[in-house]
Amino acid sequence: MIYREAGQYKTTYVSDSQIFPIAQDRYAVAALLVIAFLLIPLFATQYIFSAILTPFLILALATLGLNILTGYAGQLSLGTAAFMAVGAFGSFNFMTRVDGMPALVAFILGGICAALVGILFGLPSLRIRGFYLAASTLATQFFVLWALSKVPWFTNYSTSGVITTQKVQILGFKFDTPQSEYLLVLAIVAVMALMAKNMVRSNVGRSWMAVRDMDVAAEVIGFRIMRTKLTAFAVSSFYCGVAGALYAYCYLGTVEPEAYSLDLSFRILFMVIIGGVGSILGSFLGAGFIVLLPVALSIIVHYTGLPNSVTSNLELMVFGALIIFFLIVEPHGLARLWQIGKEKLRLWPFPH
Amino acid sequence: MKFRFTRLLAVSAVAVTTALSGALASAQEQFVPILSYRVGPYASGGSGFFGGMIDYFNLVNMSGGINGVKITWEECETEYNAARGVECYERLKKKGGGATVVEPLSTGIAYGILDRVGTDKIPMTTLGYGRSDAANGAVFPYVFPLLTSYWSQAAAMVKYLGDKSGGLDKLKGKKIVHLYHDSAFGKEPFPVLEAASKQYGFDLVKIPVPHPGNEQNSQWLQIRQANPDYVILWGWGVMNAVAVKTAARVGFPREKMLGVWWAGSEEDAIPAGDAAKGYSTMTYNTPGNYPVLDEIRKKVYGAKKGNLEDTSRIGSVYHMRGVTVGILYTEAVKKAQEKYGKGKALTGEQIRWGYENLNVDEAKQKTLGAAGMFPPIKTSCQDHEGSGAAKVQVWDGKAWKALTPNWITGDRAAVQKMVADSSAKYAADAKITPGCMK
Amino acid sequence: MDIEALKYFATVLAAGLLTGVMYALVALGFVMIYKASGVFNFAQGAMVFFAALTVAGISDKFGVSLWIAVPIGVVVMIVLGFLIERIVLRPLVNQHEITLFMATIGLTFFIEGLAQLLWGSTVRTLDLGIQDVPFKWLIDRTGILISQFDLIAAGICGLLVAALALLFNKTKIGRALRAVADDHQAALTVGIPLHYVWGVVWAVAGFVALVAGLLWGSRNGVQFSLTFVALKALPVLILGGFTSVPGAIVGGLIIGATEKLAEVYIGPFVGGGIEGWFPYVLALLFLLVRPEGLFGEKIIRRI
Repeated sequence: MIYREAGQYKTTYVSDSQIFPIAQDRYAVAALLVIAFLLIPLFATQYIFSAILTPFLILALATLGLNILTGYAGQLSLGTAAFMAVGAFGSFNFMTRVDGMPALVAFILGGICAALVGILFGLPSLRIRGFYLAASTLATQFFVLWALSKVPWFTNYSTSGVITTQKVQILGFKFDTPQSEYLLVLAIVAVMALMAKNMVRSNVGRSWMAVRDMDVAAEVIGFRIMRTKLTAFAVSSFYCGVAGALYAYCYLGTVEPEAYSLDLSFRILFMVIIGGVGSILGSFLGAGFIVLLPVALSIIVHYTGLPNSVTSNLELMVFGALIIFFLIVEPHGLARLWQIGKEKLRLWPFPH
Repeated sequence: MKFRFTRLLAVSAVAVTTALSGALASAQEQFVPILSYRVGPYASGGSGFFGGMIDYFNLVNMSGGINGVKITWEECETEYNAARGVECYERLKKKGGGATVVEPLSTGIAYGILDRVGTDKIPMTTLGYGRSDAANGAVFPYVFPLLTSYWSQAAAMVKYLGDKSGGLDKLKGKKIVHLYHDSAFGKEPFPVLEAASKQYGFDLVKIPVPHPGNEQNSQWLQIRQANPDYVILWGWGVMNAVAVKTAARVGFPREKMLGVWWAGSEEDAIPAGDAAKGYSTMTYNTPGNYPVLDEIRKKVYGAKKGNLEDTSRIGSVYHMRGVTVGILYTEAVKKAQEKYGKGKALTGEQIRWGYENLNVDEAKQKTLGAAGMFPPIKTSCQDHEGSGAAKVQVWDGKAWKALTPNWITGDRAAVQKMVADSSAKYAADAKITPGCMK
Repeated sequence: MDIEALKYFATVLAAGLLTGVMYALVALGFVMIYKASGVFNFAQGAMVFFAALTVAGISDKFGVSLWIAVPIGVVVMIVLGFLIERIVLRPLVNQHEITLFMATIGLTFFIEGLAQLLWGSTVRTLDLGIQDVPFKWLIDRTGILISQFDLIAAGICGLLVAALALLFNKTKIGRALRAVADDHQAALTVGIPLHYVWGVVWAVAGFVALVAGLLWGSRNGVQFSLTFVALKALPVLILGGFTSVPGAIVGGLIIGATEKLAEVYIGPFVGGGIEGWFPYVLALLFLLVRPEGLFGEKIIRRI
C-alpha cells in the first residue's frame, strides 16, 4: 500500500534511467539527507558526532569500497585497512609537500594513490581465486604497513612514524568542531555513495557482477576480465583510500600506521557481511551495526554490576555470538531483511 | 511538652544539617574516566595497571577523599584499540561533572585523543609512554609524560650501560643492539640512541621485530652473529618473553640484555621461565613493598573492595604503576586545591595547573607511604616530565629486584634540547604559538 | 664463502626449517577442517590459545600435574569441537563460504572471551620439561646451533602426522572422512553420517590445536598472543594448498626456511622486519605459477 510502484509510469528515457526509479525511494533518500544534514546537527551532542556518527560514516565509506570489490566483483579482500592507510598517508604527503593544497583535492589524490596500489595488488586476482586470493591479500596488509613504517619519506621523517594531520580548511572555512567535521564527512560520503549507486548499475557495474557470478562465462561472452577486475580493485581502493584519509583527518588526528591494522580490515569485512554482500544500503546498515553493537553492549553490561574483568570478556563473547547468530538467521545480511520488509510493505495491508 | 518539642526541633534541625552537609560533602566529587583494557593481547598488563589505579582511588576515598573530595570513576573497555579508546573517551569525558584526568596506557589511544584533550581542557598523563616531546608544556599544555619519557629512558639506558662498562668513555668501540618492536613505539628512542652512539662512539645495530614478535629465531641468530656487548630490548607484549627465551635458545647471556620498562613486568618474565633469570630492565618504580601497599591490602582488600582477583598481584610491577598514577593524580589535585580552594571539586583545567606544579619529593613520598617507590618529581611548564630518572631491576627467577640503588638519569640537557626542537617542529606544523598557561 | 659463513647459513636454515614445522603444526588444523567441510576456520588460532590456557589453567588452579591436565584438555577440546559443529556450523550448512568464514571469526571472539573469562587474563607458564637450550652435542662438533626444544617439537609433530595418517587410512571413520572430503553429497547418499563425521573432524582439529597449543605455549608462555600463530600458518596454507596434509608440512618447511633466510640475508638491506610480509608475498608469487598451491587439488572450472 505504502510502498507500491504500480502506477508510476516512465514516459521518458530520462525518468526511466534515474538512480532511484521508484518515487518512494526518492522521497526516502531525500528525507534521509535532510535529516542528516539539517536535523541531526541541531540535536546531536558532541559525543554523538565525534564518537558515533563520524566514525560510522567513514567506516561506511570503507565498507562501501570493500563491498564494490567483494559484493559486486566477487573478489574477497582482507587488505582494506592497508588501502585506507595508503589514502591517509598519501593525502598527508600531498598536504605537507604541496603548499596551499586544498584538502578535498588531497583526499582525492590520496584516494588515487590507494587506487594505484589497489591495481598493483589486484593483479594476482587474475590468476588466484577464493580463499587463496583472500589470504594473499594479507600480503598487501602487511607489506603496506611495513613500507609506511620503513620509508621515512612517507611520514615526513617523523622519527617514530607518527603523523599529525593538518587542520582541514576549505575555502577559508575551518572544519575543526565535531559538528563541522561530521558535515564534511557526510557530504563526501553522500556524494560518493550516490556515485557508487550509479556506478553499479552502469555497464562497469554490470560487468563486475558478470565476473562475480562466473568469470569464465563472462570471459566467453566477451567481457575483458583483466580490465573488469582491475577497475573493481581501483574503484574499491579509491573509496577505501578516501575513507582512510577521512579516518586520519576527521577522526583520529594523530595516527601511526598501526591504526590501520588487520583488525580494522576484519571489522570492515564484518560490516560488509552483516550489512549485505552486494548492497549499497547494506554497507551503511552493516557499518552502523558493527559501530553501535560494541558501544551498546558495553553500556548494557555496565549496568549488570559485574566486575569489569568479567564484563569485558562477556562483551567480546556476546559480540562473537551475535555475529554467529546473525549469520545463521540471515546469512544475506541486514539489506536482505530490508528487502523482505519492502516486499511486505508492497502487499500491506492485504498480504493475500 | 513544649520543652520536648523544642528538643525534637533541635534534634531534627541537627539531623537536617548533617544530612545537608552530607549531601554537600557527597556533592564534592571528581570524576575520572578509566579507559581500561581487560581483554585482548595486553589484558594481563591492563588488569594490573588499572586495578592499581582503582585500588589507590578506593584507598583515598576510604580515608576521606582528597581534603573531602571523593573520587568517582567509570571504566570503559578499549581493547587497546585506538578507535574504541576514542569512543570511550568521548562517552565519558562529560560524565560526573566532567573528566579531570585521562590515562589510557596505550600509545595509539593517546595519539587519538591528543588533540581532543586540549580542546576539552582535560589533562592527559602518559606515564612512561607516548610522545616524548610532549614534555614541553608550552606546546602540549594538556599532555603530561610524567616521571620519565622514552627519550629520557633511552638516555638513562646509555648512562647505565656506560657505568656498567666502567664509565661512559668505555662505551667507545662497543657494540649495542637495539632490538625493537617494529612500530612507532620501538622507533621512539632512535634519535637519542643515534646521538649517543655518535657522541660516545659505540656501534648501534638496529634490529626490528615484526608485530607481534612471537617468533624471533632470525633476529637472535643475527644477534648471535653480531656478538654485541649489550642488547637493548625495546619490546611489548609477547615479544618480550619470546626474546628472553630465544636469547636462551641461542645461548646469549641474559645479563647482557637490558629491557625497556614495558619489557619488565612479571607478565614478561614469568612466561620465559628459567630463561629470564638474570635478565634486567629499566623501571620507574623500585620493586619492593611499601606502607601504601600494605594499607591497600588492609583497608581496600580487607573491605573486599580490591580490584585484583589475584591478591598476590598486589605490588606487582603493573599494579604499582597504577598506584603511582593514582598517587600523582591525588597530589596534583591537592596542589590545585591549594590554589583554587581546599575541599572543592575542581575542573580538568584547574587540575592541569596542579600537574604542572607538581612537587613530590622524598619527604612527601615518605608521608604517603611510598618512599622511593618512584623518582622524586617536580614539574614545570617547560618540563612536564618532572624527573627523567629510572632504575634498573633484575629478575631473580621469582621476582624483580632493584639492581641499582639510586635513580639513574641520562644526559638531561641533550634530551631537553631534543624535546625543544621536536616540539617546536610540531608547533610549526600544527600552527600553534607555544606559550605557558597560567 | 668461508666455513664460518657456511655454518651460520646452516644454522639459520636449520632454525627456519624447525620453525616451519611449528607453523605446519598450526596449519594442520586448518587443513583438516577445510578438506572435510570447506570451512576456512579462522578460529583455529583461538582454539590453540583456548587449549593451552585450559591445560595451564587446570594445572595451575587445581595444582595437578600435566599428566592429568592434558587428558582433561583433550576431552575439553573434543567436546568443544563437537559443540562448534553442532551449534555454529550445522545451521549454516550450504551457505556461501565467506559466510562460513565470517562465522568462524565470530567464533574466534567468543572463544577468546570465554578462555579469559574462565581462566583470567594472567600470563601462565606451561613447562613440558623440555629445555629450550642449544643442542650441545651438535654445537660442539659442527658449530651449528639447533635448539633441543625445536628438535623434540619436530619429533612430536612427526608423530602427530603419522597418527593422523593412520587415522585417515586405516580406520573406518578415516575412510568416511575421506569420502566426505571427496564429495559430501555422494557420501551422504551411501549412508555416511555427515554431521557425525564433521563433528569428528572438528574434534580432531581441536586435538591438533591442543598439541600446537602445548608446544607453542611452552615455547612462548601461555598468553593471548598464541592466537596470532594463526597468522603465521596462513602463508603455509596458501603455499601448501588448503586441502593437503603433506602440503602443510612441506609448505611449513619452505615458509620457515625462506622467511628466516630472507630476514637474515635480505632484511638488513631494507630496514629489517620483513618476516611479517615476506611469507605472504612468497606464497603469492608461488600461486601466480600454481594457483592451487603446492599440493592442492587442481581447480577445474567449467561453465
